[in-house]
Amino acid sequence: MGIVASVLKKFHGGVHPEEFKDLSEKCAIEPMPMPERLYVPLHQHIGSPCEPSINVGDMVFKGQTIGRPQGFVSAPVHAPTSGKVVEIRQHPVAHPSGLTMMVAVIEPDGKDTWHKDISGLEDPFKHEPAEIRERVRCGGIVGMGGATFPSFIKMSPPKDKVVELLIINGVECEPYLTCDARVMEEQTTEVIDGIKIMLHGLQTENCVIGIENNKPRAIEIMKAAVKDIPEIDIIALPVRYPQGGEKQLIEVVTGRQVPSGGLPIDVGVIVHNVATAVAIRDAVRFGHPLLARPVTVTGLGISRPANVQALFGTPVQEMIKHCGGLKNGTRKVLMGGPMMGVAIGTLDVPVVKGTSGILCMTSNETTDKPEQACIRCGRCLQACPVSLMPTEMAWLSRHEELDKLQEYNLFDCIECGSCSYVCPSNIPLVHYFRFGKMAIQTADKEKKRGEIAKQRAKAKDAREEKVKAEREARKAAMKAKMAAKRKAAAAAKGEKPATEKESAPAAGGNDKAAKAARAAKAAKAARAAKAAKAAKAGGGTKDAAGDGDDKAAKAARAAKAAKAAKAAKAARAAKAAKAARADGGTKDAAGDGDDKAAKAARAAKAAKAAKAARAAKAAKAAKAAKEAKADGDSQ
Amino acid sequence: MINAILSMGGLALVAGLGLGFAAKKFHVEGDPTVDKLEEVMPATNCGNCGYPGCRPYAEAVANEDEAINLCPPGGTATMEAIAAIMGVDPAPMEERAPSVAYIDEEKCIGCTACIKACPVDAIIGANKQSHTVIIDECTDCDKCIEPCPTDCITMVPKEVTLYTWSMEKPDGPHALH
Repeated sequence: MGIVASVLKKFHGGVHPEEFKDLSEKCAIEPMPMPERLYVPLHQHIGSPCEPSINVGDMVFKGQTIGRPQGFVSAPVHAPTSGKVVEIRQHPVAHPSGLTMMVAVIEPDGKDTWHKDISGLEDPFKHEPAEIRERVRCGGIVGMGGATFPSFIKMSPPKDKVVELLIINGVECEPYLTCDARVMEEQTTEVIDGIKIMLHGLQTENCVIGIENNKPRAIEIMKAAVKDIPEIDIIALPVRYPQGGEKQLIEVVTGRQVPSGGLPIDVGVIVHNVATAVAIRDAVRFGHPLLARPVTVTGLGISRPANVQALFGTPVQEMIKHCGGLKNGTRKVLMGGPMMGVAIGTLDVPVVKGTSGILCMTSNETTDKPEQACIRCGRCLQACPVSLMPTEMAWLSRHEELDKLQEYNLFDCIECGSCSYVCPSNIPLVHYFRFGKMAIQTADKEKKRGEIAKQRAKAKDAREEKVKAEREARKAAMKAKMAAKRKAAAAAKGEKPATEKESAPAAGGNDKAAKAARAAKAAKAARAAKAAKAAKAGGGTKDAAGDGDDKAAKAARAAKAAKAAKAAKAARAAKAAKAARADGGTKDAAGDGDDKAAKAARAAKAAKAAKAARAAKAAKAAKAAKEAKADGDSQ
Repeated sequence: MINAILSMGGLALVAGLGLGFAAKKFHVEGDPTVDKLEEVMPATNCGNCGYPGCRPYAEAVANEDEAINLCPPGGTATMEAIAAIMGVDPAPMEERAPSVAYIDEEKCIGCTACIKACPVDAIIGANKQSHTVIIDECTDCDKCIEPCPTDCITMVPKEVTLYTWSMEKPDGPHALH
């Protein structure tokens, strides 16, 4: 069968702790009475947390989305039953930090009414693989072996990779846990249907179900069920922890090693858990999102070990109550298996998508011995399934040599706990590695934050610089405008009647700068006109049109022009006055603008009235300027 | 005599050309230490070190043997980076929980003084509108505290969430003794 090795390979290391599976392996998966309240966390998967899509006080139906996924690696969260959202708040969850997470508190109404939009595909095999994937995504399905990685991503292999083999993980290598075994025994047809749907979704034809030898009944039943299905094969595996680890299982079944930092698809394999297969079937065939899962409640500390179908959000307290309560002498309650589970600090913690077991341990099952010095026995080296060097890594981690830790491939550690299990000095090796991983991640995050802060500081500086430059520019423009205005005013003074008409339109503009520009233009035009006129009138005064910079020269020019134009001016003014008199008004003088009419009229009136006076004044000014020029020349 | 002058002159010429070429070829652009130091600093120019900005502090560390533990926003990481660049022993940092600025919105009068002071634009608000701090962008530099006319800004320790929590190091075997 394809890439499946003819002889089972062996992964490096591994351990075989006492199994304790007999506590619950004969207990059928039983339903549970509806809890009074469900505390549904809005982040039950690897990836970004969900945003609540409901409000406090809303009525929700079973299967309704209550948590909207954010980003690609995320999975929606659904209401496990119908009822009322009474609170959305922080609540303790199973996490080594003991910190809280946003949960939606739902008070079930007891009717368990499905949401009206729930519908499935009658024949999934007639639909495109993309449709299957979409259903898996919308169903909020995540890997139920414990890693809770969104399943639709595993079902969407990159285009350049070929899926040669689908491995269904029925290994359940963690001691104590029996829920996967029960799923295989009780929901055989569902598992197989789910596998067929997955094979269709992945467009591949080979599937292997790996089951450890300590589940003979599950092997027997599954073997019987797949007798007539050539594409599915059952492989019985020798018992060895952590065989259920994705990469270890791939190595055992195919002999291929997933490269460091790589994914199973890099060796052409996709691995899903048996319970995930059932969940995918429900999502595709019936449109049922992931709302509940089988949980093994076990350990020597529980009165009645059982496998329970628990809704997400069910408090551990309720589960324990359902199983007869804790026995005296229970020391620890873990969520998950004994090797990789998380000890919980409060029984209010809810069951989530990754909860495979609730383990109530007595002092007989736990150790609490203090850490002692490493004696360099090397047992952890032999036990590590990833062939890492736990001795060195713990040492580096203790001394926070983060760069070197990465050189020792710290991030390939799957935190299976085999090294800690075999350590005769009780060194909490996994604890050291988790610390190291988090320290590296925190340092990276800080570095990124620092870079962002630097960018922001630079952006602010640049912006302030720009604003300053703009202000300077505005100031300069204002200065230029003022200068132009002054120039215009000076020009107007020397040649008022001539500039009256041209400068008048300037009054109509709103923009100051435009006005100033216009004034400057008008002044220039006036000067030009003046010069032309002067040339006409007196001749030989061409130089008056030259754009001299010297003020004295300018004044002289103006004076000359004024002098030369005196006669023309007087004549024109007289003409205008005559015309005004003839028309019986000065309205036509103001005729070329609406808003400037008044001004022009005023100007015309002024021109008429002050004709003589102005002429005299201009002459005086011209004389003065001439004298000034003479002074300037002589100096 | 002529021979001696020529040979010595020739030697001098060769040596001079060689030196000139080497000076061009192996030319060192300024002192890279200051740039390296500036690189590891937060670049927010907050002035907590007593210098007007990160570059002046970097220059002081590089040229005047200034202490390496004067940058609170950079924290221990920056101090260690400086120590590595300067080749000196790490100096103890004042233990201080990472904090963020917090604006009491009741007391804020919306004067925008803190907005102008914030080197990383982590405060949002407008004239006569209550301001607030973008926690993710705040670099813990304290620069906004002083300009506030109503003293409504305080530095509060950053809240640890599930997403920022970091595992503590095991006590180690020496915890026994």
